[in-house]
This record gives sequence, structure tokens and C-alpha cells, in this order.
Amino acid sequence: MSVIVHYLWLIPVLPLLAAGLSALAKQRQRVFAASLAIGSMALSLLLSCWAFGLTLSQSGAGHLYRQVVNFRWFQIGDTWVKLGWMLDPLAAVMLVMVSLVGLLIFIYSVGYMRDDENFTRFFCFLSLFGAAMLGLVISNSLLLLFICWELVGLTSYLLIGFWYHKPAAAAAAKKAFMTTRIGDLAFLLGMVWLYSATGTLLFYDSGKGCLETDALINLVTQSTSLGIAASTGISLLIFCGAIGKSGQVPLHVWLPDAMEGPTPVSALIHAATMVAAGVFLIARVYPLMAPLPGGPLGSGAALKVVTWVGAITAFFAATIAVAQSDIKRILAYSTVSQLGYMMLGLGVGGVAVGMFHLITHAFFKSLLFLGAGSVIHGCHEEQDIRCLGGLRKYMPITFATYAVGTLALCGFPLLFSGFWSKDDILHSARVWNGSHWPFYLGVAGALLTAFYMTRQVYYVFFGSCRLALGQTTASEQRTVEHAGLPARRHPHDELPPGPRESGRVMAVPLILLASFSILLGFLGTPAWPWFQGFLTGSRPVLAFGSLLEPAILGTMALSTLMVFLGIALGYWFYGRRALAGAQAPDPLEHVQADIFVLLRRKYYVDEAYNWAVVGLNAWCAKASDWLDQHIWSGLVQALVFVVTGLSWLNRFVDEVLFNRGFDGGCGGLTQGGSLMSKLQGGRVQRYLRLAGIGVVLLVLLLVWGCRAS
Amino acid sequence: MLAWTIYTSFLGAAVLTLLPAKNIRAARSVALITALVGLALAISGTLAAKSAGLHTITRLKWIPALGIEYHLAADGISLVLVVLTSIAAIAGILFSWNVEHRTKEFFALYLLLIGAVYGVFLSFDLFLLFVFYELAIIPKYFLIAIWGSTRKEYGAMKLALYSFVGSAMVLIGLVAAYALAGAKTMDLSALARFPFPQSFQMWAFPLVFVGFAILAGLWPFHTWAPTGHVAAPTAASMLLAGVVMKLGAYGCLRVAMTLFPHGMEPWGFNILGFGSWRDVFSLLAVIGIVYGAMVALVQKDFKFVIGYSSVSHMGFVLLGLMTLNATGLSGAVLQMFSHGIIAGLLFAVVGRMVYDRTHTRQLDDLEQMSLNRALPFAAITFTVASVAAMGMPGFSGFVAELQVVAGAWHAFPTFAVLSGVGILVGVAYALRALQKAFYSEPAATTTGAGVSPAPFSTTTHSFTAEKVRTDPKGVGTPHAFPKLEPISVPERIGAVLLIGASLVIGLYPRVLLDLIIPSLNTPLFHWLGKGAGS
Repeated sequence: MSVIVHYLWLIPVLPLLAAGLSALAKQRQRVFAASLAIGSMALSLLLSCWAFGLTLSQSGAGHLYRQVVNFRWFQIGDTWVKLGWMLDPLAAVMLVMVSLVGLLIFIYSVGYMRDDENFTRFFCFLSLFGAAMLGLVISNSLLLLFICWELVGLTSYLLIGFWYHKPAAAAAAKKAFMTTRIGDLAFLLGMVWLYSATGTLLFYDSGKGCLETDALINLVTQSTSLGIAASTGISLLIFCGAIGKSGQVPLHVWLPDAMEGPTPVSALIHAATMVAAGVFLIARVYPLMAPLPGGPLGSGAALKVVTWVGAITAFFAATIAVAQSDIKRILAYSTVSQLGYMMLGLGVGGVAVGMFHLITHAFFKSLLFLGAGSVIHGCHEEQDIRCLGGLRKYMPITFATYAVGTLALCGFPLLFSGFWSKDDILHSARVWNGSHWPFYLGVAGALLTAFYMTRQVYYVFFGSCRLALGQTTASEQRTVEHAGLPARRHPHDELPPGPRESGRVMAVPLILLASFSILLGFLGTPAWPWFQGFLTGSRPVLAFGSLLEPAILGTMALSTLMVFLGIALGYWFYGRRALAGAQAPDPLEHVQADIFVLLRRKYYVDEAYNWAVVGLNAWCAKASDWLDQHIWSGLVQALVFVVTGLSWLNRFVDEVLFNRGFDGGCGGLTQGGSLMSKLQGGRVQRYLRLAGIGVVLLVLLLVWGCRAS
Repeated sequence: MLAWTIYTSFLGAAVLTLLPAKNIRAARSVALITALVGLALAISGTLAAKSAGLHTITRLKWIPALGIEYHLAADGISLVLVVLTSIAAIAGILFSWNVEHRTKEFFALYLLLIGAVYGVFLSFDLFLLFVFYELAIIPKYFLIAIWGSTRKEYGAMKLALYSFVGSAMVLIGLVAAYALAGAKTMDLSALARFPFPQSFQMWAFPLVFVGFAILAGLWPFHTWAPTGHVAAPTAASMLLAGVVMKLGAYGCLRVAMTLFPHGMEPWGFNILGFGSWRDVFSLLAVIGIVYGAMVALVQKDFKFVIGYSSVSHMGFVLLGLMTLNATGLSGAVLQMFSHGIIAGLLFAVVGRMVYDRTHTRQLDDLEQMSLNRALPFAAITFTVASVAAMGMPGFSGFVAELQVVAGAWHAFPTFAVLSGVGILVGVAYALRALQKAFYSEPAATTTGAGVSPAPFSTTTHSFTAEKVRTDPKGVGTPHAFPKLEPISVPERIGAVLLIGASLVIGLYPRVLLDLIIPSLNTPLFHWLGKGAGS
């Protein structure tokens, strides 16, 4: 076993150390905190590349390179709970992606957060996030994965609520944490079920792990009272965790709100890495999902659910994105939609298909977010696309890189990575034998994606600049439309200058990410499916002929058509003539106002949840509180009344019947008592002193007694 | 050696009574030294007893006529709780460094309570155990009634009454068992071997179990807990939640379940789907988990939030006990430890760090103070504590609750799911309290006076115009919050001690599990489901 496998734990632990050290740093030690975070992430990247290189050199035709290191954590009953880490192609790919994107975003954050007073704390949280995410990727135990999963959720909470003085940010943080926790609860139960069914939570443990043949056969054959195989039940519960984390319908509501966090956070956590963790989780436990090795793909009921949820999310979120006007929210809904594509890919095409889109998406979506951050930064925190415009002239680098990201996201043919990875998914969906609807939904989603991205680019970069300088921005006036998104404060009181390009520290990561967004696609084309081969352990062959196969060519032609149609529609509505002004209604609103409002309000899902879930919860809590205050205390009070009543009765009996005759006899006693009462002076100190002496004497006696016996 | 934990505490209390009342510093030092000695004794005793199993410490004849002995012994479970007590004792003293009112009596009663608690955890003679158990009630009453706050007489009396009712139930059960066995012994191991008739166990078990469980906050006998916690001074609420509630749970395990294991067997008939006391109590435990969490969610008083969270967390202990398998039981013991540490920390922040400085515990008032800026250390401590309380991995609560849920999954899957709901609501109330108390800015900084409440927030950000006018300065101005005394050194040490303890157990639970697991294999636990949990 290679050295790097043994020391793989260093990859997450280095950022963890950085987080710990910068937690101890003073608020003003900004350079220290930032260089710690960036340095540790760079080291992790180097180690990840080493691990990746090893995996690359070891993976050959037919067999999958996988090395695990397990260790004992604690004992339950007679069995040991073990944790461990592993290196296999899936982990290696994710390691490189997370540490590379992480590093670039860390560097970008130095520029973006320059004016923030809590700069040090920001990098502490970022490092903690990096550590948890890298730990999640390499864990060889569902328990360790869950632990890291919870930690990334926690850091996500901390970072969304980083500007906690904004009520919207505080509420968004809480909402994100709560919503994902709902999924995590199911995940936890699935894990407990898996543990009680197989007795282990290790994925691979030389034949004894829960993803290995013995355990799988056991799980597939066990049936439950619900009439499904245990493996299906467990898979579905685990998938609930992925639904929460990856913002799938119906738990997608938190992700757009999470955009209240700083933009680097949105790019890193809510676009590239954490939200993709759900997809990664499904890829990791894929043997459990499709429990018939060698069987037809998509045969498991669990995978069907994954497919449908993914397809619906992909389409549903894309429709919402069409009508949003906050630059980051559009991207957020786009992320939800793309995560749906990944799930769809996992469901219909297997691990490699879903993972390929995950990797390409991580680069182009973080590019888009960082571009949006650059726009926001350059335009005085303005996020409403209706108030931007014409930035092409002011911010050329941002525009160029944003255009690359847009084309990659739309899946512009041949040159951009998004085209190849999305096409792979659509192709698999087309040949899926379950139903054709996921394919149709996917194609429609592709059209919408091209449309809303074109809309956004025209709004932000073309036309004339509608930025209202030095006065209340239009976005502040229109806050109510954003369903409770309150107005932002202006960070600077003085009259701000016009839009300006961001500095080099922010531009360089943009350019690097843009180049990755183009190049990565060539690793997974149908002509040379290197990526797919790497993940499945087979050696790819270069065959340009497969590009011309009718099935593949057909899908490619169709998706190309959709992209051009989407872009053309976008141009038709938003590009033909310049937009009238920030206050003008959206051109789409002219066409079909009712539907537009429905989409803009996100199908009123938030409102429905607010009414149903939160209302119910608050009602239950209030009812319990009332029960506590009135019923239980009331019962006690009633009991007290009864007892007191009886006591009064007794006293009456005592006084009237017994005391009369007794009083005489008691006279003598009273005198004796008053003598005794001299002892009782009412001075607590004296009592305690006496009691103390007594205790000391008793203890001495006891000690003496011990010795004697 | 372990027995000296009891004696030193009493000795410390005795020394304190002899000190002059004026010398506050001496009183504090004596108390702290006593507690430190207690910790040293507890840890060295634990290390010495590493071989685990049950071992006798002291055994003397006490009342030979009745067969009552002075019998101190310990197994892994006792050791865990003794260590917990010693840590909680130190933390409590560090967080009552500012007690100036009748300091020496305060610490004397405090040490008396600690000594009695050690006594309960180490007694293996039932009579002795009962004596220590009663002894613990008295200082508790005075600590609350003299040094307490909100409705202290009411809280103290309620606590005392509930405790005594519980004790009476326990006493009846014990006397009946003693008489029935007829062996003239109160020795726990001896009585545990005696085969009490099934019909007797059927009524003795619930009697004794409920008697103890009242103190563990079993729903619906829990109402003493929040009021008692709120009324108590900081150190007392730390001990009350941290240690005294454990007395109840420990009694349930050590006495009720050990003596009358057959009382948990099926009745032979079903009422509404309940076939045994075990079903009933586990349902009550689960109700406690969810109910406590929900009530905590709507409290206006910061300390009530924590008080009700204790009810919720103790529900996990009782649920773990009722699983009757090794996983659930070790989870329950671990949860006792974990809750002792975390609840202590939460109460310390609320009572000492916040209330003693701001003189308010109303969340609505605290919301206006931006305590995050005024007391950054308190904010960080409470953030960590509430993260630990909501069962985040890395802290002791996660390992404990995981085991309880895993154990419950075997015994009653539905309850496992429901307890998960409790965890979920737990997140909600912890975050609500955290954000309201520490991370909110005064109303004037938000321009969103007319903004509709953000979705999913259970708090409404509706600010009255009046409040806006009284605080027009806006964010970041130093006048926005009152000048508060900074967090003192003893508080910092106490907080670090408790956080450290929770982290150590969370990351390396073997420290305690290696004590707990072997003692579950002793004959005392012959009734435990074998093979479960694997």
C-alpha cells in the first residue's frame, strides 16, 4: 500500500488544523488567517494530486483500484464501530475537484472579503468547511461520512448566517439548517437500519463491508413489512438525506435563500461542493441502490425514485429560474436544476454519468458565481439584474469569463464542458427503459437553461447601465417582491463611483476556472470517454467513430437545437432592443403575466411550507406549552387543594375534638419547651457550626471505626 | 479511595462551616480545593478500577439487627457518574465565583449536595442509597430557596415535594421487597438474586421506577424540572440538571430495573397496543423527548428554554434504559454523562454569563443587546454548547444519542423515528435561542420594519416604531448596547473544562465505553437482551 494511502487523512486534517489555529487568532491577524487557509488548502491540493496520480497509475483495464484503511472507534455491545478512509477513483476525482475549486475560491475571497471586519473568522469557517468536505469525500464508513456531512451542514449554517445582522441572512441560515436536517433525520434512520441489518457501516472491509457482495445479497433478500427489500428501504432513506443536501424537490427551498451568504460561500458551498455531496453520496452507495451487479441499469426501485426526483427537479427549478431577478437567485435555481440533472444521470446512466456532470458543473458554476460576485462587488452590492446592465464595457474580464460559464452551463456544442456532460445524461435518459418522460423533462430543462442564462446575460452585460448611484436602489424598493428579502445596507456612505472591474486577486481565479470549464469536457466525450473509464476501471479507447453513431449523434443534434432555440428566444425577448429601464416590467410579463408571477413567486412553495410545516410546528409547541402550564400544573394544584382541604379538615378535627382536653396536659410541656428554645437562637451560623462539629466528629469516628475493623 | 470522594466533600462542608463568614475568598478556595480533590480521587479511582466489573470499596456492619450495611461499591456505570459529578462540581464552583451573599453557607450546602450525590452513586446497600438520596434533597431546597431568583420559594418547594413523593414511592417498594425477601439484607446484589414473584414485580417495578424517574424528568412528572432549574442559582441549576437528574435515572437503572426485571415483561393483555410497563415508559420517554423540545421552542425566558431542553435530553436516557439491550443501555449511560456536561454549560452561559450581567433572561430583551459584541466569549461558548446539545458529531451528545436511537431501532422502531423528530425540533429551539440571545442586532439597524417575516423563521421580526425611535444610532455604534463586565477567568476555565470534556467523549468515547460495556456483563444485568445491538 502506498504511503499516500496511509497519510490520506492528512488531506482533511490540514485544513482542520488551519481552522483551529485561525480560531485562536485575533481579529486583526488577517494575513495570518488567510495564508493559513490558503496554504493548508494548497498542501491538500498537492496531496490530492499525488493520490490522484497514484490512482491513475494503478487503474487498469478491468479492475478498480481501491485501498482502504480502517480503524476502531468504539464498542457497542459486543461489536466494534469502525471508521476508515479509502482511496478509489471516485474519491480521487472528488479530492482534486474540491481542493482545487476550494483553493481558487479561497484566493478569490481574499479580495471579496477585504473590507469585512470578521475576515479572520470567515477564513476559519472556510477552512473548517474544506476539512469537513474533504473528510466526507475520503470516508470509507457511512458513519464517518455522516459526521462530515453534519459538519459541512454546520459550516454552511455558519457561513450563510455570516452577516447575521441581516435578518434575512439569519433566517436563511436557520432555514437551510432545518431543511437539510429533515433529510438528515431520514439519513440517520437509514444508517441505523443499515447498521442493524448488516452489523457494519464500513463500505469496504475486505469482504465484510456493507457495500460488498455478502451484505448486499443479504439486504436484497430481506423484505420488510412494507413489502420492499431492505436495500430499497435503506437506499430511499439515505436518498432523503441527499434530497435535503442537494436541494432536490421538495426540499429545495433552502438553497435559493442560502444566497444571503457571502458570494464566495455561495460559489464554494452552494454550487460546487456541499450541494453536490448528495450526488456524491448516491454515487458512493450506488451498489446499494442498484443491488444487482451486472443487472440492467435502473432496475432498482430506489434508482427509479432517484431518476424521477432528479428529472422533476431539473425541469421545475429551471422554470422558476426564468422569472427571478436576483443575479444570485437565478444561479441558485440553476444549481438546483443542474443537481437534478446529476441525479437523473445517476439514475439512468450510473455513477460515471452523474459524476461527470458534477465535476464539470462544479467548475463552471463556481465560475458563474464568482463572476456574479465580481459584478456585485463592482456595482456596490447591487444584485438585482434589472438595475444592472451594460457591464460589458466596464468589466471586460468578468464579462468574458461569465460568457464562458454561461455557454458551458447552457451546453453550447462541442467546445464547452457542459455540453458533453449534459449530453451524456440526456443520451442515457433517452435509452432508459423505464419511461421517456425523464428524457423529455431533461430536454425541456436544457431549453429553459439556455433561455434564462441568455436573459441574465442580456440584463447584466448588455444595454445601458441602469445602476442607480447614490440613491435608494430599485432593489430596495422592491424587496417585498422577493418574498421577505429585506433591503440591503449600503456599505459605504459616500457617493459610490461607477462600476469597476475587480482586482487581480479576483480576476485570476475567474480566468483559471474559465479555462477548466472549457477543457474538462474533452475528458469525457463519446469519442474518448476517459473519465467514465477511469471511474469504472476500464481503459478508454479513442474512437472518433462513436461520435457519429446515430443514437449519440441524434441526442447531440437535439440538445444543440435546444440550446440554439433557447439562446434565440432569449435574444428575441431581451436582446432585440435595449431594456427601457429598471422599473419596466419584464418582457415575458407582457406575454403571459399570470404564469410569470407564479414562477416569480416560485410556485408559492415557500408560502405553503410556511403555512403547513412551520404553522403546525408552532401550534404543537404552543399546545404543549399550554398543556404544561395549565393541565399538568393544574393537576398538581388540584392535588394540592385536595391535600390542603384534607389537612384543614384534620386540623379542625384536631382542634375541636382532641385539643380541648389535651391543652391542659400540654401546659407543662410548653414550659419545658420554652427552656429548650433558648438553644434555638435562630442564628444559622451557629447551627451550621454545631452541625459542622458534629459531622467532623462523626467522620473521625467513622475513620477510627474503619481502622478498627 | 473512591469512598473518600464522599468524605472529602462532607469534610469540606464541615470546614466551611467553621470558617468566619466574612472571608469569602477562603470559602471559595476551600470549596474549589475540595472539588479538585474530588476529581483527582474520582479519576485515580477510575484508573485503579480499570479492570472493571463490580468491586467493593468499603463494607461495614451498620444496623445489624436489620441486616443493613454500610456498603460502598462501584462498577463502570457508577464510575462514569462519579467522574461526571466531580467535573460538574468543579465547573459549578467556578461559575459561582461571584456569589457574595452568605458565601460560606452556599458552598457548604453545595458540597453537602455533592457528597450526597457521590454517596448515591457508590452505595450498593439500598438503605444507604436511600439515605444519601434523601440527603441530597435538603441542600437542594435551601440552595434554591435562599440563593435563587424567579419564584424561588415556589420552585424550591415544588422540587422538594416532587422529590419526596418520588422517595415515598421508592421507599414503599423497597420496604415491600425487603419484607418479601425476608433475608434480612438490603444488599443490592443479594436482593437482585432473589426471585421475586412475577405478580409482585408487576406492581413494584412501576412504583419504584416512577419514583426515581420523577427526578429524571419523566413526562408528565417533569414540571418540577423547568421551574426548579429557573429558580435555582447558576451553580445549583448546573448541578440540578447535570447531576441530580442523573440520580433519578441512575435509581431507575440501579434499583428498579435491577431488582424487578420481570416487571418489564408483558402483562399478557393489551391496552391500546401497550402490552407491558416497558411499552408505557418508553412511550412516556419519547413523549418527553418531543414534548420537551417543542415547549422549549416557544419559551420567552432563556433559562426555561434550557430547562425544557433538559426534559427532552433526559427522555433519551429513559428511552435508552427501556430498550433493554446493550446498545441502548450504554447509550443511556453515555447520555447521562453527556447531558450532565452540556446542560451544565448551557446553564452556566444563561445564568452566570448572561443573567448575572444583563439582569434579564427574556429573549426579547436580550435580542436588543447584541450580546455577540458585548460578550463575545459567551456567544462563542453558547454557540458551541448549543451545537453540542443538538447532537452534532464531535461532541458527546452525538455518540450517546446515536447509540440510544440504534438501540431503540431494535426494540421499537417507531419510537426511534419519533425520537429523531425530537432531535429535529432540538435543532430548531437551539438555533432560535442562539440567534435571539446573541446574534441579533438592535431593531433600529434593520430598515425592514414593514417586511413580512422571513419564511421558516419562527420568530417574527416585527418591530414597533417606538423601539426604533429609542435606538436611532444604528449598527456598530458603541451606545447600542450597555457596557457589561467582561467574562472572568474562572468562567473561561469552567467553559473550557466542560467543552473539553464533551469533545473528548465525542471524539474518543472509549474513555467511558470501556468502563460501561464490561459492567453490563456482570450478573446484575443478567436480564439484559443478549446479542442485541450487534
